Amino acid sequence: MALRMWASSTANALKISCSSKPNVSLAFSLSRCFSTVLDGLKYANSHEWVKHEGPVATIGITDHAQDHLGEVVFVELPEQGGSVSQGKGFGAVESVKATSDINSPISGEVVEVNSKLSETPGLINSSPYEDGWMIKVKPSSPSELESLMGPKEYTKFCEEEDASH
Amino acid sequence: MRGSLWHLGQSITRRVAQADKKAAARRFFASEADLKKTVLYDFHVAHGGKMVPFAGWSMPIQYKDSIMDSTVNCRQNGSLFDVSHMCGLSLKGKDCVPFLEKLVIADVAGLAPGMGTLTVFTNEKGGAIDDSVITKVKDDHIYLVVNAGCRDKDLAHIEEHMKAFKSKGGDVSWHIHDERSLLALQFAGFERMNCLWQLNLVRGPLAAPVLQHLTKEDLSKLYFGEFRIMYINGALCFLTRTGYTGEDGFEISVPSENAVDLAKAILEKSGGKVRLTGLGARDSLRLEAGLCLYGNDMEQHTTPVEAGLTWAIGKRRRAEGGFLGAEVILKQLEEGPSIRRVGFTSNGPPPRSHSEIQDEKGNHIGEITSGGFSPCLKKNIAMGYVKSGLHKAGTKAKILVRGKAYDGVVTKMPFVPTKYYKPS
Repeated sequence: MALRMWASSTANALKISCSSKPNVSLAFSLSRCFSTVLDGLKYANSHEWVKHEGPVATIGITDHAQDHLGEVVFVELPEQGGSVSQGKGFGAVESVKATSDINSPISGEVVEVNSKLSETPGLINSSPYEDGWMIKVKPSSPSELESLMGPKEYTKFCEEEDASH
Repeated sequence: MRGSLWHLGQSITRRVAQADKKAAARRFFASEADLKKTVLYDFHVAHGGKMVPFAGWSMPIQYKDSIMDSTVNCRQNGSLFDVSHMCGLSLKGKDCVPFLEKLVIADVAGLAPGMGTLTVFTNEKGGAIDDSVITKVKDDHIYLVVNAGCRDKDLAHIEEHMKAFKSKGGDVSWHIHDERSLLALQFAGFERMNCLWQLNLVRGPLAAPVLQHLTKEDLSKLYFGEFRIMYINGALCFLTRTGYTGEDGFEISVPSENAVDLAKAILEKSGGKVRLTGLGARDSLRLEAGLCLYGNDMEQHTTPVEAGLTWAIGKRRRAEGGFLGAEVILKQLEEGPSIRRVGFTSNGPPPRSHSEIQDEKGNHIGEITSGGFSPCLKKNIAMGYVKSGLHKAGTKAKILVRGKAYDGVVTKMPFVPTKYYKPS
């Protein structure tokens, strides 16, 4: 996922970038620790997950990602039948505070999109790994999955990323 | 702005770091170290404030509540904001009113003592240098608050004109209130409480009762735009009944050594209803109220007429001019501006600043300057500039987001009705 711009953020207005300080908030640190990372999934460093089952891989954003984004108010998804490439954007998620690009963790053909998200974008917050899935892809290079992180690695990655800010 | 996520902008630092680790590290530490802290900094951190750099200050963008919850709570209960990054300034001397009138569009002379108004500092071309709330404390004392991000240029501008004014014998001097902190307490206006619960719950907004516990002065006699100097929680404060949310409320300039105690007392007296609120919700609230954010919705090249602030140009000023850029502004008043600031509601993703606005045939007609999802209305709201003639409420338009056109319609502002406390 990639941050594109602030809402009509005051920070944006003044052309000032934001950065958060480490250890500022117990509440935030706790919520990070409580973010769920599921076994059996693969994770990209841009905070998308992929679940490969049989011929199809399901893709969404992680609990950690939705927690940082805040309430999702709009989801933009690709057309069924289109293609996605590893590391390239395929859609966008809008929260109250920001617009974020969603990158595909793997390459392939989009065989299904979660149409429920157009009516109920909040599913991304309430159920990031189940009802909030975004697209299903027929992978074109299954070996790409090996370049992704496992659950333990991703948990560590999130901790390190949070700690560095 | 693209790069790998993280919250509200951590990303930006990180993205730079990925591109050039060493240089970015230097910049990061330099910027962190250079950031100014308000006296409430530790208080914010202790309350879960997520601190971000803003206009050279480290300020809370949000606390534990989400921006959505925080925004809604302000209108249902109340919010306390630390706005000490903004710059309070007093102009004193027997000629301070004629001096200020050279720089702003307001009829300062016509303000009753103890009354304030929103105004605009203009440049020679009639463009806005900044917007500001100014108060005539007395005929020889003006108190004003300017935007944090504009502080340096505003002060330089005022100083330059003050030197010239004084060299011609004018009596004016200034005092920058760096010894004070500024808190904004905003609270649900009572009309809203009536409509929410169909009950005449509290005659008068709740902001006053909360603050009323902390002062002997009768706040029910202090109406929107009015200013008093009074003791609040034992400290001598400048109190203005104003705000940036559309709700009722106060801005309280308090001696910095008393600011934390005052913030604690307000939160305590509200019984938990007034919650600390950060810049994120403040931006949603002001957008819902249709209020301009300088730097987004108003810039050096925007005139007050284009920005829809014609009401802020005093009648006498329209007749007499006498402020910087008056020729341009008075001509626009006569002929009408070529572009105008309007509100929009829209389908699809929320428009953001710089989203293109097209007419129904696909012709470019303007640009969005602020936009987002309204936490209170649960729909997209935005403001931007369009060509005159296409500015009337109900005019259909297309708003481009990531290359796709979505339906939008010009909508009257404020999007959420304002609840200012005015004499009935």
